Amino acid sequence: MENMVNVYFFGKRYQVPADLTIMTAMEYAGYTLTRGCGCRHGFCGACATIYRIKGQNELKTCLACQTQVQEGMYIATIPFYPQDKRTYDIEAIKPTQQIMMELYPEIYSCIGCNACTNACTQDLNVMQYIAYAQRGEYEKCAEESFDCVGCGCCSVRCPAGITHPMVGLLARRLTGKYIAPETEHLKVRVDEINHGKYDELIEQVMGKPITEMKELYNTREIEK
Amino acid sequence: MFTEAMRESIKKVEATRAERMATEPRRMTAEEKDELLKSYHPDYKAEGFVEIKIGPNKGEKIPTELGNLLHSNSRLLDVDVDLTKVDYETDVLVIGGGGAGSSAAIEAHEAGADVMIVTKLRIGDANTMMAEGGIQAADKENDSPVQHYIDAFGGGHFAARPELLRRLVMEAPDAIRWLNDLGVMFDKHEDGEMVTTHGGGTSRKRMHACKDYSGAEIMRTLRDEVINRKIPVIEFTSAVELIKDDKGQVAGAVLLNMETGDYMVAKAKTVIIATGGAGRLHYQGFPTSNHYGATADGLILGYRAGAPLLYQDTIQYHPTGVAYPAQIFGALVTEKVRSIGAMLVNAEGEAYAHPLETRDVSASAIIRECAQGRGVETPLGSGVWLDTPMIEILHGEGTIEKRIPAMMRMYLNYGIDMRKEPILVYPTLHYQNGGLEIGGDGFTKAIDNLLVAGEAVGGIHGRNRLMGNSLLDIIVFGRNAGKAAAAKAKEVELGAMNLDHVKAYAEELKAAGLESEQVSPLLLPKYARHER
Repeated sequence: MENMVNVYFFGKRYQVPADLTIMTAMEYAGYTLTRGCGCRHGFCGACATIYRIKGQNELKTCLACQTQVQEGMYIATIPFYPQDKRTYDIEAIKPTQQIMMELYPEIYSCIGCNACTNACTQDLNVMQYIAYAQRGEYEKCAEESFDCVGCGCCSVRCPAGITHPMVGLLARRLTGKYIAPETEHLKVRVDEINHGKYDELIEQVMGKPITEMKELYNTREIEK
Repeated sequence: MFTEAMRESIKKVEATRAERMATEPRRMTAEEKDELLKSYHPDYKAEGFVEIKIGPNKGEKIPTELGNLLHSNSRLLDVDVDLTKVDYETDVLVIGGGGAGSSAAIEAHEAGADVMIVTKLRIGDANTMMAEGGIQAADKENDSPVQHYIDAFGGGHFAARPELLRRLVMEAPDAIRWLNDLGVMFDKHEDGEMVTTHGGGTSRKRMHACKDYSGAEIMRTLRDEVINRKIPVIEFTSAVELIKDDKGQVAGAVLLNMETGDYMVAKAKTVIIATGGAGRLHYQGFPTSNHYGATADGLILGYRAGAPLLYQDTIQYHPTGVAYPAQIFGALVTEKVRSIGAMLVNAEGEAYAHPLETRDVSASAIIRECAQGRGVETPLGSGVWLDTPMIEILHGEGTIEKRIPAMMRMYLNYGIDMRKEPILVYPTLHYQNGGLEIGGDGFTKAIDNLLVAGEAVGGIHGRNRLMGNSLLDIIVFGRNAGKAAAAKAKEVELGAMNLDHVKAYAEELKAAGLESEQVSPLLLPKYARHER
């Protein structure tokens, strides 16, 4: 007999193998998932979950696909979180402190409780990246928030009603487009291609017989 | 948390590390690679395939699980859908909310078309989100699109469609520029130069990355842009059949609300299939690195409507899926781990192959090592070591945290610190090399207002795909499909809508003696256990 544990999905008890994740344990129990299941490998944030261990009062947050079950887990998956994303024209905005004030003014209502950081399923310093956003330090905000999967657990816990993942996302887009240094070699290559520099060369290889292409491929020099 | 036997094997890996690091393993000759593939690659395992019995690819082979779906019934056979009651009407209907679908929608919108996305999960629930390692583009001085072409053509066993591969490599730098201008944060040096590395089978360092969240960073930016443009996205709504008209054009799709079970009708002048891959069909029992919805739906819809498949019999098994621990079995360990220095090592501590052979060769070599008893046993099978501590020795402490944070986090969840200990890997079902056949402009050859983009396309990569060419392909072909669909929509005049092709397909199945209890597209894998 496998090592089994008792878990409670939405308050109802099931016995499941102890080595399963919350997500696979739900399927073991007979659930067909539609909501609350996306990439299943910790990248998409679809499976934000709240749980509490029997006998303890602290509510914890996690991704169901990345968390192993434990004895006495009371589990509620969050099917949808109504994140408040503000829309903007990326071409029209500029990376000034003003833009964050306009789009996400509630970040200035942060009371410093750190509930967001405690709730983060990726162990990010969420409150810190909001502080960077408040100061218009978008590059730092972008770096600190980079690993965010947008599960929304931070926002669920926020007394100020901040939608943290969207703040981080805006900071990253501003950084990628306006703040990060420009790439000269990329511009040069796009220009060369647009001016037809490679047209003839590519036609030549496209027209080569397979035997010649094999020779070309098998003897090509590989950069160290 | 490794077992005692694994710890013993780790000692052998550690004992040979210094010596291994002093020499680069030899690359295989073309003949050695061919021999290895024939002996160990799952594509050569005849029992994993069936013959297609009806339709344009009749007589060709196809993975059993996909073949069974092609030979299954439409969900609409006994359903009376009133096509005159149109729930959504648009110029361009995009089926699928991943990287290709989102890129297509943005470009169609930019071209002034009415466009909408339907997706059976959420926008961004897609393999794009999970692509870790990077995106290729020949944008450096020592490189060129021609070099990129040669690498991809050879890596794909000289089977790629030249017109498609030409687009892929020639439009790659512009794809990077487009993403950069949308605000994607590529890894750059202080002077703006892109940080680029090798992938398996590349002859130049042209892999651009966003740490090891490359696909996630691209996908969340595209999703944000789709929402900013107020493009309608109908989530938890899958397309279950294409609708055609009396001129043989496509005219939209029948949609299924995944939560209520209700059917709806979307009418469109052009349709883009961007439904992605098929990993969740678990060919030959393999685990998969794919997202929950990767069930080849678009291939089924397209084929029923008359669009041919190409290279449907070639599948990519990513060499490095997680072999241990069980909780993350089959999850992707990005190729970037090898790009930045980790070697593949068997149970005896031997570096049995060059770490950056192409994926099919590398996967076959792992399967060989395990089959011949040089693998490490795990509760779910076996695996070989990926010697990750080498990365920190080569590039300094902190490199793993900076360059591959997602990998580090995934393993730390289960008490494994890849900075200090190697990790166990085995091939995982990763990518569908084949798919629906398109011409260079993205249209299917059978139906002139039906387009396909992304992983659902066959022929761009040939019979094996290089790392970093799929993130590239979804952007290049997604953008092109969006532009082409918007232009085409201006000239399309739709006739009377019908589902006659669905009925005709059912007749063909019957005539071929195929009676199935199954329906397709599958939509979601059947993971719920109902045994008591």
